[in-house]
Amino acid sequence: MTTLLEVSGVSVTFDGFRAINNLSVQFAEAELRAIIGPNGAGKTTFMDIVTGKTRPDEGRVIWGERNISLLGLSESQIAQEGIGRKFQKPTVFEDQTVRQNLAMALKNPRGPFAVILHRKTAQNAARIEDIAEETGLSDQLTRTAGELSHGQKQWLEIGMLLAQDPRLLLVDEPAAGMTVEEREKTTDILRRAAETRAVVVVEHDMEFVRRLNCKVTVLHEGSVLAEGSLDHVTSDKTVIDVYLGRSDA
Amino acid sequence: MRKSFIAENPSVLWFLLALSGFTLGVVVLSEAGGVAVLSTSFVKTLGKTLCLCLIAVAMDVVWGYCGILSLGHFAFFGIGGYAIGMWLMYARTETIVLESLASQVIPPTPQEISDAIGNQIFGVVGSSEFPAIWAFADSLFLQLAMVVLVPGLLALVFGWLAFRSRVTGVYLSILTQAMTLALALYLFQNDSGLRGNNGLSGLQNIPGFESTPQATISIVFFLASAFALGAGYVFFAWLLSGKMGSVVKGIRDNEARVRFLGYNVESYKLLIFTVTAIISGIAGALYYPQAGIINPGEIAPIASIYLAVWVAIGGRGRLYGAVIGAAVVSLLSSWFTGGGAPDINLGFYTIQWTDWWLVLLGLSFVAVTLFFPKGIGGLFDYLVRKQP
Amino acid sequence: MRRLCLALFVLLWPIAPHDAAAQDLQALLQQNADEITKPSRRSVGEVLERLAASGVQGLPVFLERWSDKGVWKGPDGLFFFGEAEGDTLQLTDIDTGAVSGADKDGFTQLKPNGGVRRVIGTTLVQFQLSDPDPERRRSAVEAIGRSPSAEQLEPLQASIDNDPDPVIRARKEQLVVFLSAQFADSTDERIAAIQSLSADTSVEARSVLNRILSTRSFITAGEPEGNVAATEDASEDPEAFYARLVGEGLAQARVSADDIRAALEANVSDGRVGTVPVAQLGTDAARERAYTGLADAGRVPPFVTTAARDAALAAHRFYDRYDETDSKVTDAARAALTSVEQRVAFAQTADLALDALSLASIYFLAAIGLAITFGVMGVINMAHGEFIMMGAYTGYVVQLFIPDYTISILVALPLAFALTFGAGVTMERLVIRHLYHRPLETLLATFGISIALQQLAKNIFGTQARPLTSPGWLDGAWIISDVIQISYIRIAIFVLALVFLALILFVLKKTRLGLEVRAVTQNPGMAASMGINPERINMLTFGFGSGIAGIAGVAIGLYAKVTSEMGADYIVQSFMTVVVGGVGNVWGTLAGASLIGFLQKGIEWFNPANTLAAQTYMILFIILFIQFRPRGIVALKGRAAAD
Repeated sequence: MTTLLEVSGVSVTFDGFRAINNLSVQFAEAELRAIIGPNGAGKTTFMDIVTGKTRPDEGRVIWGERNISLLGLSESQIAQEGIGRKFQKPTVFEDQTVRQNLAMALKNPRGPFAVILHRKTAQNAARIEDIAEETGLSDQLTRTAGELSHGQKQWLEIGMLLAQDPRLLLVDEPAAGMTVEEREKTTDILRRAAETRAVVVVEHDMEFVRRLNCKVTVLHEGSVLAEGSLDHVTSDKTVIDVYLGRSDA
Repeated sequence: MRKSFIAENPSVLWFLLALSGFTLGVVVLSEAGGVAVLSTSFVKTLGKTLCLCLIAVAMDVVWGYCGILSLGHFAFFGIGGYAIGMWLMYARTETIVLESLASQVIPPTPQEISDAIGNQIFGVVGSSEFPAIWAFADSLFLQLAMVVLVPGLLALVFGWLAFRSRVTGVYLSILTQAMTLALALYLFQNDSGLRGNNGLSGLQNIPGFESTPQATISIVFFLASAFALGAGYVFFAWLLSGKMGSVVKGIRDNEARVRFLGYNVESYKLLIFTVTAIISGIAGALYYPQAGIINPGEIAPIASIYLAVWVAIGGRGRLYGAVIGAAVVSLLSSWFTGGGAPDINLGFYTIQWTDWWLVLLGLSFVAVTLFFPKGIGGLFDYLVRKQP
Repeated sequence: MRRLCLALFVLLWPIAPHDAAAQDLQALLQQNADEITKPSRRSVGEVLERLAASGVQGLPVFLERWSDKGVWKGPDGLFFFGEAEGDTLQLTDIDTGAVSGADKDGFTQLKPNGGVRRVIGTTLVQFQLSDPDPERRRSAVEAIGRSPSAEQLEPLQASIDNDPDPVIRARKEQLVVFLSAQFADSTDERIAAIQSLSADTSVEARSVLNRILSTRSFITAGEPEGNVAATEDASEDPEAFYARLVGEGLAQARVSADDIRAALEANVSDGRVGTVPVAQLGTDAARERAYTGLADAGRVPPFVTTAARDAALAAHRFYDRYDETDSKVTDAARAALTSVEQRVAFAQTADLALDALSLASIYFLAAIGLAITFGVMGVINMAHGEFIMMGAYTGYVVQLFIPDYTISILVALPLAFALTFGAGVTMERLVIRHLYHRPLETLLATFGISIALQQLAKNIFGTQARPLTSPGWLDGAWIISDVIQISYIRIAIFVLALVFLALILFVLKKTRLGLEVRAVTQNPGMAASMGINPERINMLTFGFGSGIAGIAGVAIGLYAKVTSEMGADYIVQSFMTVVVGGVGNVWGTLAGASLIGFLQKGIEWFNPANTLAAQTYMILFIILFIQFRPRGIVALKGRAAAD
């Protein structure tokens, strides 16, 4: 398997607080990966760095076959390179219809003039139908996104990520606030997506991680504590100390 | 293509119909139309109102659609007015100067003509030299180009600087207000080359049409303003009809999300900011020949805030809302402050509207923001929802 | 030498033995009656010397009246002080002071001419310099200060030692230096005096040096003569220098475009000027051709060519010559002036810094309330300027009821705070509370309140400016030197700003309220779950910020005019201060206010005539500054700042 994203030796400090400390981690193409870790372990900051929201103080972030450094790129350029991100809180455009939300995300030229002159095509329409089908939103296409339920919004956001056709998907706590059935469906969507691209899920909920059934990376105090299958990491003594030993710390 | 655009946006068709009907009515009822129910000065007021509606539409696009509360668009409006005013004033003064120099024993040299014009125009600020910015004032074509280019370039440079460093929200509003204030203060100086606080005057006299009555000129400008408003409205409606509208509204609602979808938010904002600035400049260029005079006070930050008030009262995020807001508030404003409204005698105190109108406007503005965030335009939603 | 004798007599006069007074003034005057009746500039000096030498009582009064044409000579030759009332005279005896009336006939008024009066005046000054009354001495000294002349030097010098008042003596000593620098007999004395001035930055000392260094321009065909200050290079502006030559009658004037036109207009015949048709005279080239034709025919003066102009300039030297002929004196004065100017420049910098500091305090006061509401609550209050205005009007209204300015200010400050606190809380409850999380709409709603309040103030107080008078002890200025001075009001505002800085820091860092405010700022949800009521905190914070605006209004009203639009003048500056400084930080506001205050004064210093331009450039600077530090000088870092 070839490496899609390589993060090496990255550190970042906020007002003296080291959020990420010499973090190195790699992701392969077509891989499903879960990142877990206690609060303040640097999970969200890690995503911020990869997507260009935060600039690290040191370290490298290398992307793709051509070994591009992502550090010099803006958020939109990184997104165009093929990295999609789903936020913890569902962020869809509530004033617009589900179809408009998906259409905006569809992989098409992103320049303003191309967008002005953009016209609807049957191809795009078909693609939107496919994604709606995939995320279970086929009946909701003409509804305003603001009217959707919490779970539907989460799926719409995942659908928007899929519409971007990214090579790497960063998903922040997708199961938060979902019912059991919704979680199952979310797991299915993510697993299917991971067949053709890399999907990285940041999650708190061990049950959800177990259902994903994938390689797990444990972050602690801004660096990788352990990596491997869920059973492997949960039997790791340091991991147990971090998770369970906190009470007597 | 065109058909589908109108079909998808029936409100544009309704707006154009209403505008045409209104325009036709005013033309027929005006002095030039023969019926003469409407005075020439009232036709001018209506023409000016149409220009204000046009800049309100631009403001709605940049604020209501793109979420940038610009407190600087009236500056662009003023720049447009100054650009056309320079030509109007130069050409008109040239005619007068040539007439007076014609009685000389020997014909004047170009230098003498230029000096005499300079003296006429800049005498009030104690100068007779033509400043460099008047280099193209003798050419209508070049000054018309300035109407578009100067606001466009200023907006481009300012917007590029501001958006590039991710200045957003209230910070951006204050920054645009600062830009407006800087421009107004600059123009207030006598050595700005634009006659300081005297501004440019006599703009209602159109060079080459000295013998045409103002009644006719007012109708011509009224028609031009109506056409500009219609064209601007259709242009913006078209621009925002498809995916562009989605992206722009997306930027308003969640800028970061749009960025992570791979759109370069800055270039979209810059495009919207610049295009609306240009339209504002055009609106100003049509407004001031009808007003007859422009001075730096017109550009003061307060004017841009009033613009935001109109759009908010009319209803943000819908183009017709901006038109309604600008028309209603500016016409009401001139009715109240012009002494048109009857005073209210409370027995112990008489409310004179010339004094109390601004209090009423301020408070009703607070009320609109609190209770009717959708403005007057929100009423239409209510009606539409009731019908089916 | 005679002058010195006279001076000595005069000085000895007040303490002269009184036996000399046995002779009365009238008798003495009668001895010199002719010279007194018809004095000349030449002779009056001797008479005055004799009079002074006698040590007689009442002489200064007589000299004063004489000089003021208040002395009359009676038919019997006696002198009286007289005042004409129509045809009658009211006469006062010179020695006894007895008053009587008389018909004007037979009396003649003594009318000394200007030259004589000047000499009398000088003598009088000498008397006054030693007058027992310090007030008279002081006015005599000031009279010398106003119009210094050479003859005052010796009496002034002589009067120093006997002067009991140290202040007047110091002033006399200073004036002696000024006078010796200009009028002392020997060059060495003058140079010594001039050198002692090289540390004196007072306006007076500088004007003394400048007077010594006064120059006049000369043009000569030969070599420059006299004490040459500078020679000028005519090639820098040949036309201007040539015009000077023409003005001196040393060269023939150039033919201007107007001259050409006038000449052509005067010489039109048969639709032509010479050979050129009038219709073609619309270009400079054709006009010159026609004029040359006229000149060739001898009807107008010929053109002065550029070559002729340059030749004339080359034949002459342009130079400035000192009025003072001694080059050693002028060299010393120049050196002293250079040194003084350096000191002045330094003092001016210090003065500018003080000015900037007081401006910064005003901006700080105006902005800190805004910074609190903006920083803590993320709310832009466009009506903040109107709260400042309300504070100022409160001060004005209080003064209507309490005439004592000190008490009224002491009453107005807390009252303004209470009033604007109340207004702020009301506004927060009625409007802002409903608009949290919609900051742009808060901006607009508060703007609506702002226009309503402004118009309301206009309706109540009218459009003209209202006075807010500061107490007497705040009038005037603390004068450190002629260059550095700072008005007490500005010092008071500076102190007020410091007090508020301390107060706000104290409230935020040391009180329960401050702790709760900081908690709500950082995490409202968490604060609420810990039993802090965010609504109450927001309300109090808003009230506090508004109250400070009210106090700032009283302070600003003391030195600026109170108008309904005064708030609008400060609101943009206040926003700039907050934004430049960095939101949510008292120190940031302080830094922002300092930056803007110093910047504005700095720009004004470069271009003092144009405060509009200074403001324009300052705003442009701020716009650029924000490009490079979008979060201000004191920026919050980290994830909290990104939200």
